[in-house]
Amino acid sequence: MSKPETGPETGVDAETVRKIARLSRLHVEEERLVPLADELNGILGWIEQLGEVDVAGVEPMTSAVDMKAPLRADAITDGNKRDDVLANAPRSDSGFYVVPRSVE
Amino acid sequence: MSDLTKLTLEDALEGMTKGDFSSVELTRAHVDACMEASDLNAFVTTTFEQALNQAKASDERRAKGEAGSLEGAPLGVKDLFCTEGVKTTAGSQILGDFKPPYESSVTTNMKADGMVMLGKLNLDEFAMGSSNETSSYGNVVNPWKKDVELVPGGSSGGSAAAVAADICLGATATDTGGSIRQPASFTGTVGIKPTYGRCSRWGVVAFASSLDQAGPIAKTVKDSAILLDSMAGYDPKDSTSLNVDNGDWVASCEKSIKGLRIGIPKEYTVDGMPSEIQTLWDQGIEWMKDAGAEIVPVSLPHTKYALPAYYIVAPAEASSNLARYDGMRYGTRVDGENLNDTYERTRAAGFGPEVQRRIMIGTYVLSAGYYDAYYLQAQKVRTRIAQDFKNAWETCDALLTPTCPSAPFAIGRKVNDPITMYLNDIFTVTANLAGLPGISVPAALDGDGLPLGLQIIGKALDEDTVFAAAGALEKAANFTAKPNKWWV
Repeated sequence: MSKPETGPETGVDAETVRKIARLSRLHVEEERLVPLADELNGILGWIEQLGEVDVAGVEPMTSAVDMKAPLRADAITDGNKRDDVLANAPRSDSGFYVVPRSVE
Repeated sequence: MSDLTKLTLEDALEGMTKGDFSSVELTRAHVDACMEASDLNAFVTTTFEQALNQAKASDERRAKGEAGSLEGAPLGVKDLFCTEGVKTTAGSQILGDFKPPYESSVTTNMKADGMVMLGKLNLDEFAMGSSNETSSYGNVVNPWKKDVELVPGGSSGGSAAAVAADICLGATATDTGGSIRQPASFTGTVGIKPTYGRCSRWGVVAFASSLDQAGPIAKTVKDSAILLDSMAGYDPKDSTSLNVDNGDWVASCEKSIKGLRIGIPKEYTVDGMPSEIQTLWDQGIEWMKDAGAEIVPVSLPHTKYALPAYYIVAPAEASSNLARYDGMRYGTRVDGENLNDTYERTRAAGFGPEVQRRIMIGTYVLSAGYYDAYYLQAQKVRTRIAQDFKNAWETCDALLTPTCPSAPFAIGRKVNDPITMYLNDIFTVTANLAGLPGISVPAALDGDGLPLGLQIIGKALDEDTVFAAAGALEKAANFTAKPNKWWV
């Protein structure tokens, strides 16, 4: 395997944490960026040892058990549950979810 | 009447069949025991009133001759299984007061078989933890208390504590890296994770879908077989559900293991493991020999890479699964300046630190430029680990290992050190990565009087052999110790 571009030597920095947090849709306060980088580096550094394993010619596992993906008829099996579906919404109105404006 | 909470599930079912007591009496005894045990914090939500109503309905069914395989048995459900109309939290704040309008397939099966549900059991948040300390509903305390309060293991800590304390006859649990077997070992109970695909994942809050598997925590090996037989079965609503019949698991628990080849993987001896665990493992080997098994040394050379591979695959899948918690359709919403800010503040407020850490790790290992080096590499290592087991099956029928590298530890001791915490699952996580069945059986007390478990790992879909070996182990170990009821 080619060595990961980052690792214990380089590590993730505060700027990378900011980027990961944004991709993860997690709000992180400015002062938490460096401590989080340290935590993540601790874990990522430990994970690096996977690079030692010879995986030449090995297929990545895609299923924990040997089975074929099942197919079913393309038919409606469920539905008409609008009120059930909306019952747990933080906000709803007249059969719709109420969400923040997403298009200006 | 003698204390009905001391019964095994098997004996309780038999007692009701013979008419010695009713489900209402049995359920009442367990509700009282649950109320006395509030110091354990085993439950997130109790449903005692519904339980007593269910017990009454159960007694009526039994009178009509319609008793199912769990008829009238008061059980607990890990709060990761959706239960219709009953709050389901996954141990997290982000689900708010979420009341599922549907029932998980596993609990649907159990209710059809006559289960009485006492309530929803505490767990690590989204099942991410090995000590129950990441729950946003407080720590569960291990009934096996010494001078200090000990963790019950995790993530199914509430399930394990409730069964060990005799406040539920049995409980559902889930296992992604060891979350059934490790808490079973820590509490002197039996816990089995079946072959991946045996139990439907439909209606179980998802953590890492290629690893998650439901199973029971119970007082005895046979009780665990009775429960698993109800929980397992084909479900078209889960595309990874296996369309195969259950074995005759209850009967298998008493099957002879004469001539069975038990493999002993040399890589499961790890640095820093207490000598008591090695001694117990050696004792387990002797017990298996005495029962007529043949002991075979085997090698699983990629064992040490299982945990690092797991800590790529599981967070990667979790980061994807947990993307659904956006505060729009269910759960709590925290308003921000715009839509993205609302998402970010909702998720930062709703998820605890360990869950956020794993979402970020998962996002990172899946992100452009790192996917091949981390995620793809981990999935290839996973293939290697599965191959190790396939090679071992050429010379043996099942494996015997310790369940955990330690006895239960004090609350707070490892909480700030993620990797030390992760090492709890070193002997259990391999079975998840390879999709294999594994069971923990209580085997002995350590020098401090705390329970230790031994694990049997079997071939895919060969739960029959796993139950046979576990039954033999249980018989030889004759583990009868119970925690002192300090909580009453």
